[in-house]
Amino acid sequence: MIEGILIGLSTAFTLTNILMVIGGCLIGTFIGMLPGLGPMSIIAIMIPVAITIGDPSAALILLAGVYYGAIFGGSTSSILINAPGVASTVASSFDGYPMARDGKAGKALTIAAIASFCGGTIGAILLMVFAPMLASVALLFHSAEYFALMVVGLSAIAAFAGTGNVAKAMLMTIVGLMLATVGTSALFNAPRFTAGMMELQSGIGFITLAMAMFALPEALYLVLDPARSKRSEENKKITELRINREEARQIAPVIGRQSIQGFFIGVLPGAGATIASFLGYAVERNIASAEDQKMFGKGSIKGLAAPESANNAASTGSFVPLLTLGIPGSGTTAILLGALLALNVTPGPRLMVDQPEIFWSVIISMYLGNLVLLILNLPLIPYIAKILSVPRNFLIPFILFFTLMGAYIGQNNSTELLLLVAFGILATILKFADFPLPPLLIGFILGGMLEDNFARSMQLYDGPSFIYERPMTLVLLILAAGLIVFPVLRNWRTMAKQRRGVSTPD
Amino acid sequence: MKLSKISAFAVAAMISLSSGAVTAQEKEQAMDKVHFLIPGGAGGGWDGTARGVGEALRNSGLVKTVTFENMSGGGGGKALNYIVENAQSNEGTLMVHSTPIIVRALNKTVDMGYRDVTPVAGVIGDYAAIVVGKDSPHENWADLYTAYKEDPRGVAIGGGSAPGSMDHLVPAAIMQAAGSDPLDMRYVAYDAGGKAMAGLLSGEIAALSTGLSEAIALSEAGEVRILGVTAPERVDAVPDVPTFTELGVDLEFVNWRGFFAAPGLSDEKRAEYAELLKEMTTTEAWATVRDRNGWIDIYNSGDDFSTYLATQEADMEKLMKGMGFIQ
Repeated sequence: MIEGILIGLSTAFTLTNILMVIGGCLIGTFIGMLPGLGPMSIIAIMIPVAITIGDPSAALILLAGVYYGAIFGGSTSSILINAPGVASTVASSFDGYPMARDGKAGKALTIAAIASFCGGTIGAILLMVFAPMLASVALLFHSAEYFALMVVGLSAIAAFAGTGNVAKAMLMTIVGLMLATVGTSALFNAPRFTAGMMELQSGIGFITLAMAMFALPEALYLVLDPARSKRSEENKKITELRINREEARQIAPVIGRQSIQGFFIGVLPGAGATIASFLGYAVERNIASAEDQKMFGKGSIKGLAAPESANNAASTGSFVPLLTLGIPGSGTTAILLGALLALNVTPGPRLMVDQPEIFWSVIISMYLGNLVLLILNLPLIPYIAKILSVPRNFLIPFILFFTLMGAYIGQNNSTELLLLVAFGILATILKFADFPLPPLLIGFILGGMLEDNFARSMQLYDGPSFIYERPMTLVLLILAAGLIVFPVLRNWRTMAKQRRGVSTPD
Repeated sequence: MKLSKISAFAVAAMISLSSGAVTAQEKEQAMDKVHFLIPGGAGGGWDGTARGVGEALRNSGLVKTVTFENMSGGGGGKALNYIVENAQSNEGTLMVHSTPIIVRALNKTVDMGYRDVTPVAGVIGDYAAIVVGKDSPHENWADLYTAYKEDPRGVAIGGGSAPGSMDHLVPAAIMQAAGSDPLDMRYVAYDAGGKAMAGLLSGEIAALSTGLSEAIALSEAGEVRILGVTAPERVDAVPDVPTFTELGVDLEFVNWRGFFAAPGLSDEKRAEYAELLKEMTTTEAWATVRDRNGWIDIYNSGDDFSTYLATQEADMEKLMKGMGFIQ
């Protein structure tokens, strides 16, 4: 390994490759900041450039930089205008946006940047030390375990099932799961719930639904309820990015845990950064003290740090199956694999032996890349956060423009705009009726994978016997049940206590 | 969630800006410009084919400007509908397509077929292959088939697409040709080729049905063993892999990829495009693209291509009827 690191160092620290890291990170982080543009699209744009470079190490360093740069920058639009452009930053908006609304946008962006940096760096260290061994871990999970993992991910909805809201959160989750079934499923060769519309055959676009659930109602709310936005007075605080010692002490263990957990989830070829961010959020919420738990979903710094470190660590982890097995775990890594093959690089167990300079230089470049991203992003935060001090009558059209653009170019399809408006109106009504919207999106994002893996397991085991025949599945499902049932029980206890509290004076 | 669609948009967004302008001038100077319509997203098989062919056309100087447009949706049906409905303005457009244009018309996932457009030429082909993981107890096809005959449900065969699609039909046809009932087969569908490969390596499925080019990459990496290939004779890239005919299974199959033009295209124009693609396959630029991707030349055009499509349609229909996928 030492030998490998030395080869990597000597390859990564050439002038060209350092420029590649800086260039890739710059492009990734800035395009990633725009709502509606995720890493997959940016990489697709960059591939012809990378192939022209010709040198596989340089090309992969560039593309990897674009990839984690985009994940790094992707949280910005989630936090500032509640418009997540990628599924993996949806969880970052749960607490990031409430923080920004409370005038703590600068602080939120700083936490996101630091958590991303730590996640990426810890991920790179784990990748360097364990990558060769992790190839087998990546293959440990069967469909049954993926199904169970998705159920654990669903338990993140517990954060939105506050007192009296359990039924509403559950209902929203179910609606999300139902929406995920629209379109032609990968497992059943028939279109479902498409109402005969061909546009719906490939399902409802993630960006469309995310914009409709988060960004659009928020913008409409500002118009419909002007009294609620008291932003102008808080302008001073927006750009403040200092984190005090107490806050640092609170988020440090969260970042540490989630960087490791996120990395290992990223290693699984069927999970990836999105699942990692939801699991990170769910786990951190459920192990937090009762006091901290109340803050989740309302602007908790832990709730922001958890998904941010997890998704960055997971995007690094997803290089394990890609480089050591040649298996792409996500759409983004599938595009990366295509680029590698075009450059005559065959990823797999022999890559480390045949072309060690590629393998090691990419890993080494990740340290550098994360440092570049931190140095690049921190000084810009005050300026980026200023977006929020833009007067409402300018900010709202801006949000609406990006919302509509994101949904349209996502599918290149005008039906998507109609869906966006329809879902946006529905979401606004639900918001007024105090239904939590994040569970709907969580259900939608996890629903497809939940169903596919469940159906596949049912098929392989001729029934649900995989639930008790596979110990790891059982353990994960019990864990999920615990995570879901526990807060409900606690709510009942609190309510019972309150009732007793009322009745004792008599 | 359907992430793959998102990937399409970047390229589509860049190109859709130019696509409006293209159509206006195309009528006079088709060979100055060829516009490729890709029915799927960036990074898929159709996308790679169109972009590879476009690259070769441009690099060899046969065409001055090449533009691409990704239009995913409805299993390729959206692009098919688009080119049919806007036939007049799409004279300068070539749509890439492949075997699914036949399969999806038969099982009615798409309400149009190759007869609704103008077949220009088949350009490349990819044979199908059955592979097992490197640690699989099945050393060769005979081992796998013996195990299958003993307990068909115990030998799960996976593929990267839905039941009734190509990855499913190929092993089913192999089992049928080998003398077993294809309906006994346990086919496990994954939503992407990569996930299916992970399923194979994790031991969830016993064997995988996939395209040969995909299998070659993994076999070179030492991950899988290719048990058999559906080619008529051994393939140069993998000379040690027997064909199914050699193994006593009378089955040949090639997943072709070719190009189609808008309906009502004049015979002249059709011949011009066919000639253009034919010339391309002889260029150095094409050889580079083809070898980089592990594609196999299968150039056929005009009536040959149409006859080939009709034959494949008849074969597929018989197989799909036999398996109860269609009435």
